[in-house]
Amino acid sequence: MSLAQLEIQLVATVVAVACALPGVFLILRRMAMMSDAISHAILPGIVVGFFLTENLASPFLIVAAALTGLLTVGLVEVVERTKLVKEDAAIGLVFPVLFSLGVILIARFAGDVHLDTDAVLLGELAFAPFDRFVLAGWDLGPRSLWVMGGVLLINLIFLTTFYKELKLATFDAGLAAALGFLPGVLHYALMGLVSLTAVSAFDAVGSILVVALMVGPPATAYLLTDRLAVMVGLSAGLGALSAISGYWLAFALDASIAGSMATMAGVWFGVAVLCAPERGVVARYRTRRNQKWRFAEQMLTIHLMQHEDTPQADRETREAHLQEHLGWTPTFAERVVRRSTQRGTIERTNGHLALTPRGRKVAKQALERT
Amino acid sequence: MDSNAPALTVRDLTVAYRDEPVLWDIDLTVPAGILMGIVGPNGAGKTTFIQTILGLVDAAAGDVRIFGASYEEQRYRVGYVPQRGSVDWDFPTNALDVVLMGLYGQLGWFRRPGATEREAARAALDKVGMAEYADRQISQLSGGQQQRVFLARALVQDADLYFMDEPFQGVDATTERAIIDLLRELRERGCTVVVVHHDLQTVPEYFDHVMLLNVRRIASGPVEEVFTDENLRLTYGGRVGFLRRRQDAPVPPDPVPHNES
Repeated sequence: MSLAQLEIQLVATVVAVACALPGVFLILRRMAMMSDAISHAILPGIVVGFFLTENLASPFLIVAAALTGLLTVGLVEVVERTKLVKEDAAIGLVFPVLFSLGVILIARFAGDVHLDTDAVLLGELAFAPFDRFVLAGWDLGPRSLWVMGGVLLINLIFLTTFYKELKLATFDAGLAAALGFLPGVLHYALMGLVSLTAVSAFDAVGSILVVALMVGPPATAYLLTDRLAVMVGLSAGLGALSAISGYWLAFALDASIAGSMATMAGVWFGVAVLCAPERGVVARYRTRRNQKWRFAEQMLTIHLMQHEDTPQADRETREAHLQEHLGWTPTFAERVVRRSTQRGTIERTNGHLALTPRGRKVAKQALERT
Repeated sequence: MDSNAPALTVRDLTVAYRDEPVLWDIDLTVPAGILMGIVGPNGAGKTTFIQTILGLVDAAAGDVRIFGASYEEQRYRVGYVPQRGSVDWDFPTNALDVVLMGLYGQLGWFRRPGATEREAARAALDKVGMAEYADRQISQLSGGQQQRVFLARALVQDADLYFMDEPFQGVDATTERAIIDLLRELRERGCTVVVVHHDLQTVPEYFDHVMLLNVRRIASGPVEEVFTDENLRLTYGGRVGFLRRRQDAPVPPDPVPHNES
């Protein structure tokens, strides 16, 4: 692995983790679409900032564009507050206007600079190692690593400082307000961070990947844990995983790095949907299937217990009789009997079924529960 | 702080969404140490009334005093139980953590809950009979259990005045009994509790005072004085005899209330 490769993966990882942190709160506030809106709507801010500074990495440009992000959030609220449209429609109305304004500005005035529409959508991570941060003649590595490292640090500091407040404001904004924690201010601070992160990540990875990294890893983490702190950590880890696996996918396919990272964020989400320990499709299917067999076994043991030592016992405990009495198909009855025998709850002796002590316990417990 | 001041004094309170008044010129005095119910039809402004007192909704006019001072000054003497449906129960957290949130106000900005707070939260969960569910993910709790967690969260606030929005909504009979026992215990400790309530049948049994609200304050005061058919008719309009019929009372052949005045 060359130094350039290492640097690209490092930048990608830092970008992914920086995006995942505020993303957790976007997911929990059901505001995932807001990351889409912000990451697109900052474009005119970037263009105007670029006209003024002629430097895509200028802090002034980043701040100006981040303010455009806040403007988006404010405009969405204004449109929503008219009560004429719902929030999703308000988002859909506001950000394309701002985004297309940015596209027009680029086409009209910036045709000859690095800002082109491809770069806007997907960025160009592969170029990250060429733009160096040089201080007093020392090469300190890719410039974007420093920019994104700074943003990551800001996100980390904000999150750890206001963790408790953010948690309360996200779970119960009403109580947060009643206790004087200013949920409105926290909301705009969080949106400011989302904007800042989106603007800074934009140059490296473009607007689509910003959305994928803000939404994908936290949505995946949400499926894997019941604890907020764990969700934050998992999101960061899954972001890094998407970044590195995406890089190698791009390497193998000779494809866009940013696109591959977004793809991998989606792939990991898909894996979690299938395999998550409790909420995953497989786990839920298994629980349901186990319940079916467990229930059938309980029915069988209860049936046998009720007829134990009764005059009808001979008839009722005959294996063939189960189909009639419990309404089971022959195959199903056969499988239930086989499973229960294996589990040691019943015994089979020349066509008759009998409870084992363990089976009697199962039946008693099942009856107590109802 | 005036210790003889009423728990809550509301004067000329008006709230409007655009031109539509939601609450109109409300006057209310709640003496300290009582249980008070607020009843009224859907859309009467009961929740808005509580939220305005807590500063969550802006009033167009009027004045709210809590123990003789503004809410901002008395914030930490006030406990709040919002409607259960107002939060997302899929939030990744457990029952103990939700109860701890009640202590955030006392902790203030930046400080994190520690062992002392955890102990207080466990004690509050124990009080509502939920001690064994402390580590349970909140989405796995039943509606009644979630409501108890909310109550425990209010209990740890150790407030003097509580506002509860429909705490009996959708809970089982055991929980309802547990909640009312708890409210009585709070009253014995000298607390004042204001409850938005929807079941007219239980008003005389549960509350000392009642406010009948329908945008305007129709009446308020001791239950035996103001909880009359006449006032209920003014609040709900029409067929209240049907609404407040006791379960143990014989079912009248015609649910239309008799005219007394």
